[in-house]
Amino acid sequence: MSEAARPSAALDFTDITVDEVSRSFGRRRALSRVSFRAGQGQILGILGPNGAGKSTLLGILATLLRPTSGRVRYGSLGDTQGASLRARIGVLGHDLFLYPELTARENLEFFAGLHGLPEAGHAADEALDRAGLGARGDDPVSTFSRGMRQRVALERALIHGPRLLLLDEPFTGLDDASASALVARLRDLRRGGAILIVATHDLEIADRLLDHALFLRDGRPAASIAQPERLRATYQDVMTRPLGGAGS
Amino acid sequence: MTTGAVPRLPSTPFARTVWMVLRKDLTVEMRSGEIAYTTLFFAVSCVLIFAFALVKEGRAPDGGAAGILWIAILFASTLALGRTFERERQAETLRALLLAPVPRPAIYVGKLLGIIALLAAAEVVLLPLVDFLFTARLFAHPAWLIGIVVTCTIGLAAVGTLFAAMLVRTRSRDMLLPVLLYPVVVPVIIAGVQGTSALLQPAFDVAVVRFWLLLLVTFDVVFVVLALWTFEAVMSD
Repeated sequence: MSEAARPSAALDFTDITVDEVSRSFGRRRALSRVSFRAGQGQILGILGPNGAGKSTLLGILATLLRPTSGRVRYGSLGDTQGASLRARIGVLGHDLFLYPELTARENLEFFAGLHGLPEAGHAADEALDRAGLGARGDDPVSTFSRGMRQRVALERALIHGPRLLLLDEPFTGLDDASASALVARLRDLRRGGAILIVATHDLEIADRLLDHALFLRDGRPAASIAQPERLRATYQDVMTRPLGGAGS
Repeated sequence: MTTGAVPRLPSTPFARTVWMVLRKDLTVEMRSGEIAYTTLFFAVSCVLIFAFALVKEGRAPDGGAAGILWIAILFASTLALGRTFERERQAETLRALLLAPVPRPAIYVGKLLGIIALLAAAEVVLLPLVDFLFTARLFAHPAWLIGIVVTCTIGLAAVGTLFAAMLVRTRSRDMLLPVLLYPVVVPVIIAGVQGTSALLQPAFDVAVVRFWLLLLVTFDVVFVVLALWTFEAVMSD
């Protein structure tokens, strides 16, 4: 994206701190007292089985959900900053947030425009080039393969230069080549100083990618491990031991 | 990489967001034609069935044309409202809209104008059809007719857009939308029917039409202001 398109440094932050965050839906508690900190140039993995609360946690970090208790701090900013804060957050969901009837270029231009980029068309062209889809930019997204859609969706999430990128099951449905390309892109983003939080249960791909892993079970933190290795063995160990503290 | 030392991000003005959301909705609809065709088909079928049932020897019952017109528009609008937001839900694009750093009421206004455009397209076909089938002389006072139709459509769409957005994440949204919407918009529809009926009277009374038109304008102002006020909260959690 162009330099002029990037957000204000005044609203920037270099870390995110989650402090005792809980979230209930009616009487059901989806998250219970989750705490962690993630800094610039880090990839944090949120790991756990289906229903562990990973998507709820990402929804809270994206400011789409409010915590029932606890708080999230984006550097020195609280989660009440609204639009100013959302300008620095990018989300890539399992659903790709793309309009299938629109072309890839139209999708990217639309979201670039919503983020207030002054040259939305130029930003969309650059994003298409980064996705390796310059030649398919005028085709409707409905004609794309899952991997191609995922590349467009990633560029959509990054088009406004977010500091914090939240990814929910980003490897689902991708073939090996597409998954490897996504891993390489995430490493590039880490080198560029982004904070990346990846919720996944695809442990093979996540192995050797994460700087930190937070394991969730039934909405509760089961373990928190820095520089995790042999992720599958660790995961099986964490998920079968009795729930206690969240220490490593 | 996209995150480094960073110049200023221009804020997205309200009107620009409204225009982008409206243009996007109209582009998607022009490509698929899904909502426009189903809405129109449903509304025309409704008018035809009532015309065959009620018009005898070229004579329609008094007030029948106005009632049928607004019943058809009301039912068709329910269909359009549900599908418009279902489309946003399918690929979770509504979440992407809510994640954008724009004033959320602007998203509401963009969606509202898109619904109004769709209903206006249906009304362009329905009005001459009702006029013809019910021999209703709807176009005897075109300026007043446009006033009544525009204000009634805005009132209906203003409430409907808010409710459809509220219900988009609920499982039984298709059933709940009419259950919630119809009781609230009954006053708007009654005013629309009465205003349209007044236009069809042999002795045209401008004071009566003006009264119903002012009532509709009042409803519009109240509903749009309430929707703008509550949309952010409704969509926040």
